[in-house]
Amino acid sequence: MVSELTVAERERAMGITGLLALCGMIMAIGGSNDPLGVHGFIVLLFAVAMLFVVASGYFAPEPPESRLQSYYDSPTKAGIVIAMVWAVFGMFIGDWVAWLLAYPELTFDAAWASFGRLRPVHTTGVIFAFGGNALIATSFHVMQRTSRARMPDQFSPWFVLMGYNLFCILAISGYFIGITQSKEYAEPEWYADVWLVIVWVTYFILYIRTLMRRKEPHIYVANWYYLAFILVVAILHIVNGLAVPVSFLSAKSYSLFSGVQDAMTQWWYGHNAVAFFLTAGFLGMLYYYLPKRAERPIYSYRMSIVGFWGITFFYMWAGSHHLHFTALPQWVQTLGMTFSLTLLVPSWIAAANALLTLNGAWDKVRDDATLRFMMIAAVFYGLSTFEGSFMAIRAVNSLSHYTDWTVGHVHAGALGWVAMIIFGAFYATVPSLWKRKRMYSPALVEVHFWLALAGTLVYVFAMWNSGIIQGLMWRTYTESGTLAYSFTDTLVAMHPYYIARAVGGLLFLLGAIVGCYNIWMTIRHDAEAPRATGQETPLPAAPAPSLQPAE
Amino acid sequence: MSVGERDPLTGHMTTGHEWNGIKELNTPVPWPVWFFLIATALFGIVYWVLMPAWPTGRSYTKGLLGADARSAVTEKVKQAQLERSEWTRRIAGLDYAAIQADPQLMQAVRERGHVLFGDNCAACHGANAKGGPGYPDLADTDWLWGGTPDAIAHTIAYGVNSGHPEGRVSQMLAFGRDQILTNDQVLAVTDYVRSLSDPAVAKRAARSVAAGKAVFDANCTVCHGDDGRGSQALGAPNLTDKAWIFGGDISAIYTSIHNGRQGQMPAWNERLSDTDRKILTLYVLDRAVAK
Repeated sequence: MVSELTVAERERAMGITGLLALCGMIMAIGGSNDPLGVHGFIVLLFAVAMLFVVASGYFAPEPPESRLQSYYDSPTKAGIVIAMVWAVFGMFIGDWVAWLLAYPELTFDAAWASFGRLRPVHTTGVIFAFGGNALIATSFHVMQRTSRARMPDQFSPWFVLMGYNLFCILAISGYFIGITQSKEYAEPEWYADVWLVIVWVTYFILYIRTLMRRKEPHIYVANWYYLAFILVVAILHIVNGLAVPVSFLSAKSYSLFSGVQDAMTQWWYGHNAVAFFLTAGFLGMLYYYLPKRAERPIYSYRMSIVGFWGITFFYMWAGSHHLHFTALPQWVQTLGMTFSLTLLVPSWIAAANALLTLNGAWDKVRDDATLRFMMIAAVFYGLSTFEGSFMAIRAVNSLSHYTDWTVGHVHAGALGWVAMIIFGAFYATVPSLWKRKRMYSPALVEVHFWLALAGTLVYVFAMWNSGIIQGLMWRTYTESGTLAYSFTDTLVAMHPYYIARAVGGLLFLLGAIVGCYNIWMTIRHDAEAPRATGQETPLPAAPAPSLQPAE
Repeated sequence: MSVGERDPLTGHMTTGHEWNGIKELNTPVPWPVWFFLIATALFGIVYWVLMPAWPTGRSYTKGLLGADARSAVTEKVKQAQLERSEWTRRIAGLDYAAIQADPQLMQAVRERGHVLFGDNCAACHGANAKGGPGYPDLADTDWLWGGTPDAIAHTIAYGVNSGHPEGRVSQMLAFGRDQILTNDQVLAVTDYVRSLSDPAVAKRAARSVAAGKAVFDANCTVCHGDDGRGSQALGAPNLTDKAWIFGGDISAIYTSIHNGRQGQMPAWNERLSDTDRKILTLYVLDRAVAK
């Protein structure tokens, strides 16, 4: 790993990890009377571990010039493995809290094991740790290939990947010890936020530098989406994270916004995190791996354009639909609702473009679980975007708001769309990255597919039922004009669905564990024969040859 | 300039670009896309015209319909209160016996009482009002502080050991922990208390029960009475029946005597309205059935 870095890059790596260790030390010593001190130690430990890794390969010979003739895939490989580890962790916590909601005694008598702390561990674990690592890993893979250019250096991708994981570790360990900004999906405190900005800007610059080196005249759609994801997430994260720390040696900070402005900023962030993290990034993934696997051309370039600009423009306005019937002025709610409705069309264009691309390859969808993962992902993308626009209508929202329907909607997207496209992309990439003929066991890919699909369906149907029952019970009146049900009555009614949801989650988790095993065995399995299928357009040698081999 | 090629399957041209084997067709955007894009956009525009929509500096466009969510909900709440007032006014005005005699009003009491009890009382007393360890069973007819409507209403309003000046106060001393009694005395009186509701104990442990009675007479009768039947004025439970708040087995009774008991119930007078508390009183009485 380190031997792939040039000596100058190794020096840079030593310098930066040393600086990080110093920061960790200052945090640990200065914040010794504060939760910040614990994070100081974590940063220090992380930096020292990295220092050891770099030092262990420091005196290896300079990597050969021939490396520039191939894509740089080691960070992608590492990212895939890390993402799968986070997947099992995040989904395990998720299923734990699912059982906890059905049986409140299923936890330890300790603050860290309370629902309020475990819940953000689950959401951050799956969205940012699993999803984020998958996005970073695949974006490195896709941007190089669609640009037909190697990344400009070997150090920045590692900085992005490792730095991002340090952020995830700080975020998740922080929840356990009670550090939170109390902003949903933006819980990490100010210093973790600042660190993420540094990492993210490096990521953005790395992406742009790679694109600038591209040997293809046009930028492929997948890159538009990945780039939108990186750019907008940076904007969202910085604006919503604006806060004043109590002191530079304290973990606590106070948001720059208050009251309804805070709520609006938070949900502008929250909804666009869904839009640009969980949608745009993964559409980038879909746009590369689906046509590649199906070996079909994208159905319509024009639909790609309309879809992309529709999604990027309309999503920005939709956040206020999270605050229907709150203190937020009605006119803001109106705008959120109307833009959410229009948003449905570009969302469905993207889903339709993916599914129509499969025309002529449906036999492959039938036979190949990897491609089926991607197909189902596109279907669930269409379903959840329809559901999202529907729930944004104020009249519908008056029933669905604060109920499990929202939870079901989120998981239709997270399990059915995001996780499925990740698994599809990983199964498509892993054999070629590790130069294997195929996955260790195609049968296990099939097992994973059915576990994931069954888990998603059980989960989503359970939450639809539970949420709609809950919403209806909340608004049922008796003849004398009083509410018919107490809050605990609704809990009794929801209990069977909570058990079903936990079972669905368990199936999904089991699928992820099967996936981990399969990927691990594929990596460990010695290459029996050089890769025969999935030809890759070769990286051009220094004087670029003809750019369009197809011509 | 790149030149497209024809896709044999769809007959559409590609754009002529290729990225690592991926090509794109130049298929025109299907008409339904434009149709629905325009339709949803038009809907949005019409909705903006009708409803509050765009900010205009310090104000916003109010919309032709003059819809205002805040006044709408205020109006709805007022309307609902008016509808309910038909029976809430009567409940507020009539005395308990008159309400209990009116099946229609009692129907309203049961409906409203179910939700009030579920949202405020069930956390301790259970959804079925049967209580649990440490929390009295309200579905029976054993009452710690009296079972008249006024007594129950007072308990609900001001609570027990709640800190409210009007609240009920009771304290069972920690006879063992505070060394008022020796451990042997606590054990003996435990047996005696058990014998009050279980004659078998009196036979089985006659000596201990006799010693316990002496301890009881000297220490416990002030509150629990000479016969152990307790006192509703003091909130001292009847020890001769089978109803136990903290448990009736030997270890629970021993623990009660050794560590004492100070049950707590919050005062609800500032949280629930007079009428709602009256409904709860009636609801609790309605649920109370002799065993």
